Amino acid sequence: MARPHTARLHTPGRPRRSVLLTALTSIVVLYALLPLAWLVVNACKTQPRLLDSFGLWFSGHFALWDNIRQTFTYDDHIFVRWLLNTLLYVVLGAGGATFLAVLGGYGLAKFDFSGRRAVFAVVIGAVAVPGAALAVPTFLMFSKMGLTDTPWAVVIPSLISPFGLYLMWVFAAEAIPDELLEAARVDGSGELRTFFRISLPLLAPGIVTVLLFTMVATWNNYFLPLIMIKNPDWYPLTIGLNSWNQQASTVGGQPVFNLVVTGSLLTIVPLVAAFLLLQRYWQSGLAAGSVKE
Amino acid sequence: MAVLTPPSAAGRPAAGRGRSRGGRAGGRRQVGWAFVAPFLLVFALVFLAPIAYSIHLSLFRDQLIGGNHFVGLGNYTQALHDHAFWSGLSRVGLFLVVQVPVMLGIALLVALALDSGRLYGRGFFRISIFLPYAVPAVVATLMWGFMYGKRFGLVASVNEHLHTSLPDPLAPGWVLASIGNIVTWEFVGYNMLIFYAALRVVPASLYEAASIDGAGQWRIIAAIKLPAIRGALVIATIFSVIGSFQLFNEPSILKNLAPNAITTYFTPNLYTYSLSFSGQQHNYAATIAIVMGVVTMIVAYVVQLRGMRKEV
Repeated sequence: MARPHTARLHTPGRPRRSVLLTALTSIVVLYALLPLAWLVVNACKTQPRLLDSFGLWFSGHFALWDNIRQTFTYDDHIFVRWLLNTLLYVVLGAGGATFLAVLGGYGLAKFDFSGRRAVFAVVIGAVAVPGAALAVPTFLMFSKMGLTDTPWAVVIPSLISPFGLYLMWVFAAEAIPDELLEAARVDGSGELRTFFRISLPLLAPGIVTVLLFTMVATWNNYFLPLIMIKNPDWYPLTIGLNSWNQQASTVGGQPVFNLVVTGSLLTIVPLVAAFLLLQRYWQSGLAAGSVKE
Repeated sequence: MAVLTPPSAAGRPAAGRGRSRGGRAGGRRQVGWAFVAPFLLVFALVFLAPIAYSIHLSLFRDQLIGGNHFVGLGNYTQALHDHAFWSGLSRVGLFLVVQVPVMLGIALLVALALDSGRLYGRGFFRISIFLPYAVPAVVATLMWGFMYGKRFGLVASVNEHLHTSLPDPLAPGWVLASIGNIVTWEFVGYNMLIFYAALRVVPASLYEAASIDGAGQWRIIAAIKLPAIRGALVIATIFSVIGSFQLFNEPSILKNLAPNAITTYFTPNLYTYSLSFSGQQHNYAATIAIVMGVVTMIVAYVVQLRGMRKEV
């Protein structure tokens, strides 16, 4: 990026850094991080201190480890069960959704067949359909099929990510040169073999992006398990945490706000970590994919 | 250049098509379908079948006397005269016209600031503003709910220590704004990233031309950057419109803290849920859901049309 003489006014050069602009943007950063700081601080408090001390500073003895231990052991280790359920839903749901999106996106981008535009129109149209419009009939269908209250009721609807398909389509169109595929064909490589050996590695940043976003969607899912799952043994973390929170307002229920706070912190740690560690991949995937017009 | 069109490479014929002819090209076509088929099969099961079933449900009514019988558009007429439905719809409408511009405005400003290259520590800003997106709506609502709450909330602490009288965020008059704040917090970073990614692919030659013409930063933003990311702006607006009409998680969880401020028909989605799962009125719930789906699609379509018209 050597553009020495025109580098003064325009963006790609090296403009002077501005303290004022940095300070203004910091307000938004503060807004974004404040609730997370609140969560960390309060996960370190005992329940009585949580209820009566100032929210943004530590108070009382350092109770984080104690809270974590309690969160995991409370009610016969139900939190562990919810965590494992969530992992199951994420591995099958997000993994499956990514797999289907990668296959479909690749097929749409790299094979010329009639009906491709129709597929596109239908899938994009589906993005606008509100989840609730699907939830009630899906629930009734699944309950007739005996799938409600089983993991399948959460996993199967998670398998479709229209946004993931779109992203993989755009990404595959850009990332895989047609000449490369043609060369593989000339060499007598089968389509499936070409896909796994040549195309898949080129699609890696796109795959990581789609995987992360479908992971967030399944890990954070609330509405779907709320209607599909009645048995607490199959709850994901989100539903479980909310049931702990509601416990305080039910008659005879024991308030466990410290566990709600600590459990919330434990719930967000894996995803935050994944986003931080995989930054390089998903940011390039998003840049190349989502907004190319 | 349109927003919702297939990617460019899909529009042009695949390379080598001219060379491969006859059986080979036909085989290629089938291979293409084979790659797409798994997605389409599941899609039919979890999207198309429920929509068809929903429409079917909306044409019937379950009554104590007479059982399940066909009522034609009866449920739809009922919905049009349903105060609860209109109240929810106007509430999300209000939410839409206030929250969406605020959120997208902040996201756009931050994206432009990041893209200007004038910030210290750009990477830190980008990732930390994005982080709330990784927080589940449930956790976000629980956190903000605690902070809003009277018992151990921040608002209460601030009032107590600073002797101010900030209003109760969970009071009926304020709760919609409080929900708007939670949603903004969750998605401002996501939208910022979409805009930022779009800004990064603006060709540098455009900036060079502008600087030769002596255009200033604001002029460059108005004349080059905003037009260049119009597609991203339209997409983000459409997603936000859809999100607003679907508002459910936040009010449904906050309801526990503010049972008087949040009714069972606070948003159309909450109404559908209560009709269906507390009231067992599946037919009427399906009707409301379809009406909402149609409203959403119309508004999303209008947004897209307007966004594209400016492009000409």
